[in-house]
Amino acid sequence: MSQDFALWVYLSHTPLLWLTVTICAYLIADRASLYLQRHPLANPVLHSVWILGLVLSLTQTPYRTYFEGAQFVHFMLGPATVALAVPLYANRAIVMRAIPPMLGALLVGGTVALVSAVLIAQALGVPKDVLISLAPKSVTGAVGMAVAESMGGDPALTAVLVISTGIIGAIIVTPLFNLTGVTDMRARGFAAGVAAHGIGTARAFQVSALAGTFSGIGMGLNAILTPILAPLLLPLLLK
Amino acid sequence: MIVSLGLLLLCQLLGEVLARALSLPLPGPIIGMMLMLCLLLLRDKVAAITPQELRDGTLETTSQSILAHLSLLFVPAGVGVVQRLDLFITHGAALVVALLLSTILALLAGLATFRLIARLTGDKAEGRE
Repeated sequence: MSQDFALWVYLSHTPLLWLTVTICAYLIADRASLYLQRHPLANPVLHSVWILGLVLSLTQTPYRTYFEGAQFVHFMLGPATVALAVPLYANRAIVMRAIPPMLGALLVGGTVALVSAVLIAQALGVPKDVLISLAPKSVTGAVGMAVAESMGGDPALTAVLVISTGIIGAIIVTPLFNLTGVTDMRARGFAAGVAAHGIGTARAFQVSALAGTFSGIGMGLNAILTPILAPLLLPLLLK
Repeated sequence: MIVSLGLLLLCQLLGEVLARALSLPLPGPIIGMMLMLCLLLLRDKVAAITPQELRDGTLETTSQSILAHLSLLFVPAGVGVVQRLDLFITHGAALVVALLLSTILALLAGLATFRLIARLTGDKAEGRE
């Protein structure tokens, strides 16, 4: 018994354990998603997250300990964002021809994402400080948190809302867009990137490389637009 | 592959440096993406001096294998959400409803605007797969 405990003490203090567990949980979720032909509800982020949440709570592992291992995966978000240049380059001719629709969709999609979230939550009686944290929910993590912080919101709450928006977006985007009958993968991908940042982009890459490319651009452009929009629109929206 | 990984990191690093030095309102990795795009465009012009990995498709393969598992990279942050569900619970269902409705509206608004402008500018619905 004490031998087992010594092993656990060793493992729980090395990044190796939680890095390996993170990758295994993802592999299970991703294989299930592949097996179910990338069904929207089999979203690999959603299912990896609850599996890991359950493991952490059963082993009473604090998030800080978990993150010491998982940070290596988290770190790759930066290089992965840079890597978006490769599909962008490969599709550059199609992208260059789509600049006017992209700019229009960015302005309208980005504004609707921010304004509708704040107005709906306000109508449902959500307090003002939470509304500020909610406003940048469609924009990629670090940017959203910076926006919330600069306007007096709570960046931790924004992080939660940003990730939740991404998962919700990634799940609903395919069935919702199938209902509209639009088959243009540029439009579908771009709208997903603007509304649901990187998690939406991950979903778009599951559907098609072209959708993923446009989604990456949408995400990148909304990271420019939302920090400009939030300080302009929030004072008008908040009562 | 190491050259490709090095280039991705170098672009990100330069992006972070530029973002801070010029106080640009953009995250470093997104500036890094633009730098990488410039590098790829430049590669076509000055093929002679670019490293082998940039020309033989290794950079493409490396990037594609990272992007194929983009979902994995959001998992650690997602697990953080599970730990902070208390933040959600205090404000009840209102936030869930706001997130769900607002995401649907934003998706539809973006899609409709893209298609409308594409049609107005005489676009023949490319991107159909």
